[in-house]
Amino acid sequence: MAKILVLAELKEGVVQKVALELVSKARTLGEVTAVVLGTGAGAQAAILGEYGAQTVLISEDAAYTTYLAEPGAETLAYLIEQIAPSLVLIGGTYDGRDIAGRVNAKLGSGVITDAGEISFEGGALKVTVPWYSATTIVDVTSPSNAPLVMVKPKTFAAEKLEGAAVPTVEKISFTPSDKSKRARILETVMEKSEGPSLEEANVVISGGRGLKDAKNFELLHKLAEPLNAAVGATRAVVDSGWVSYSMQVGQTGKTVKPNVYIAVGISGAIQHTVGMKGSKNIIAINTDEEAPIFKVSDLGIVGDSLKILPALTEELKKRRG
Amino acid sequence: MKIVVCVKQVPITTGTNKIDPNTLRIVREGVDAELDPADEYGIEAALQLIEAQGGEITLVSMGPDRAIEAIRRGLAMGADKAIHISDPALSGSDALTTARILAAAIKRVNPDLVICATESSDAYTGIVPAGIAQLLDIPQLTFAKKLTVENGKATIQRQIEGGYQTVEASLPALVTVTGSINEPRYPALKGIMQAKKKPVETLTAADLGFATSEVGSAGAKERVLGWNPAPQRQAGVLIKDDGNAAVAIADYLQKLKVI
Ligand SMILES: Cc1cc2nc3c(=O)[nH]c(=O)nc-3n(C[C@H](O)[C@H](O)[C@H](O)COP(=O)(O)OP(=O)(O)OC[C@H]3O[C@@H](n4cnc5c(N)ncnc54)[C@H](O)[C@@H]3O)c2cc1C
Ligand SMILES: Cc1cc2nc3c(=O)[nH]c(=O)nc-3n(C[C@H](O)[C@H](O)[C@H](O)COP(=O)(O)OP(=O)(O)OC[C@H]3O[C@@H](n4cnc5c(N)ncnc54)[C@H](O)[C@@H]3O)c2cc1C
Repeated sequence: MAKILVLAELKEGVVQKVALELVSKARTLGEVTAVVLGTGAGAQAAILGEYGAQTVLISEDAAYTTYLAEPGAETLAYLIEQIAPSLVLIGGTYDGRDIAGRVNAKLGSGVITDAGEISFEGGALKVTVPWYSATTIVDVTSPSNAPLVMVKPKTFAAEKLEGAAVPTVEKISFTPSDKSKRARILETVMEKSEGPSLEEANVVISGGRGLKDAKNFELLHKLAEPLNAAVGATRAVVDSGWVSYSMQVGQTGKTVKPNVYIAVGISGAIQHTVGMKGSKNIIAINTDEEAPIFKVSDLGIVGDSLKILPALTEELKKRRG
Repeated sequence: MKIVVCVKQVPITTGTNKIDPNTLRIVREGVDAELDPADEYGIEAALQLIEAQGGEITLVSMGPDRAIEAIRRGLAMGADKAIHISDPALSGSDALTTARILAAAIKRVNPDLVICATESSDAYTGIVPAGIAQLLDIPQLTFAKKLTVENGKATIQRQIEGGYQTVEASLPALVTVTGSINEPRYPALKGIMQAKKKPVETLTAADLGFATSEVGSAGAKERVLGWNPAPQRQAGVLIKDDGNAAVAIADYLQKLKVI
């Protein structure tokens, strides 16, 4: 049976959702070993087991939370050599990319980024990858013994495994070298945000340059209230400094797959739609009836967002009573 | 201070890159190409450091002969010189080979600081810079939206999910920069004229000690088995707002049971 190694990232001591997504996928491919590095790792073994990890390798060394990339990369490289997995799954996150890039160069692993479906056909790995802003789906394999496969958050569903056994938990017998402690994290500053996160929200309302002015994003936040929605944005308005980068949806931002996505004053450039076209239902408001966003929307409204947004917010409040 | 900025030439993005169905590579012939806009932030960051503290900027680029145009633009912005690795054997290289080649070229410069973009605009794997850092055996400071260099240390504000981190490392180090770090300058006419005379060293894979068999498609750890066009979403209804849009959207949301 194929051995699948999953790097399960922690954030403030809690295993990230993407890790549960990766484990859920990995258990369909073979025997799953999850690696958890950092303060609080031990407490997270049980939940990884619930999603299908048979073995959880943990280390609570403070180096993983104090220094960037290198302690994690050293450890993962050591484990790959020890375990000789068929495949290593890593989240396409900030830290995941940093670690994967180093392990790739250290071991000569080869990396497949932005993986879609993953399977073994006749023992050979096959990964589908959306290339060129997801206009083309390419099937890729790797001649490497233990290729690194990177998966963006939200690519797979996180699903608990019914009747999962309690995982075997083992301490990792590797200590990061002093040399790996070079890029020190001095401080972590979280920007406060209200409402649900972009990734978790059932409804996402995103704004683009068609909102005309930064202050009009307030109209989106007002509409978000009755819908309990998260607010996103295009790169054009992020680059203009209207809103923060953490709100960007698209190729170089977040991938969202809510039940309802409302695109307001967004032209629908391919680099934007790649991040939202997996939404179940798409509503678009745009003054230009030729706007490409209408090609991917279920309900398209040709009209002025600055007029429609306040009217819609009122209408929803009225209906809610 | 010696700074290397890695710069890549990319096809100008029109939204839809053309793909050669046989090679599955981006069609680069007959398509206009430019210095990756993502790399202009790196060049600008380097220029600001050099203007304040003195030093020299070397651009390093791996790409076909015509990538010299992108290099010249970087020189016109103000970089001092460049290394251009151009070799038909490198065509089809993966991120690992790209990192190996770039690291080997950078070693010749022995810089205090290496700057890359977080990801390129054409293939955007975003894993080349960490590979370079590993091969040069230096720390990496990634996703920088702010960079300062003082007393032999680089400090960045690192973009993360929902906020940022302040991270520091002693030099030599590698930094990747995001689009929020600065406003890149346009090359002035004087800069464009001077760029033509600035030194560019052209190297092959063999010059850097690599055999043809270990680079390019031959050395790649990824193999394309086949491809399909991505499934398209079907467009739904389109209505013109004649004052009823709010009601129409509310009805739709109600049907979906989100209100
Ligand atoms: C390498 C690369 C990566 C990229 N990554 C991303 C990414 O991750 N995310 C992303 O979003 N973009 C990304 N882009 C940028 C992308 O190509 C587009 O430039 C961007 O998405 C356009 O943003 P926009 O729709 O807000 O602006 P525009 O394209 O300017 O569209 C504004 C729209 O608003 C409409 N409008 C005007 N007035 C009104 C009104 N009163 N009411 C309603 N509608 C109105 C207009 O008709 C127009 O369609 C990337 C580009 C590149 C090259
Ligand atoms: C659609 C597509 C998908 C691909 N997928 C994969 C994959 O999954 N795995 C894989 O290993 N390879 C992949 N490749 C090949 C990969 O793109 C090449 O190896 C490429 O040379 C470097 O990758 P990048 O542009 O993604 O670099 P990134 O890591 O995105 O680049 C980050 C930065 O590194 C610097 N840099 C990168 N390349 C150069 C260069 N040639 N010269 C100077 N500086 C540079 C620049 O500053 C750049 O902004 C893919 C190529 C394509 C076209």
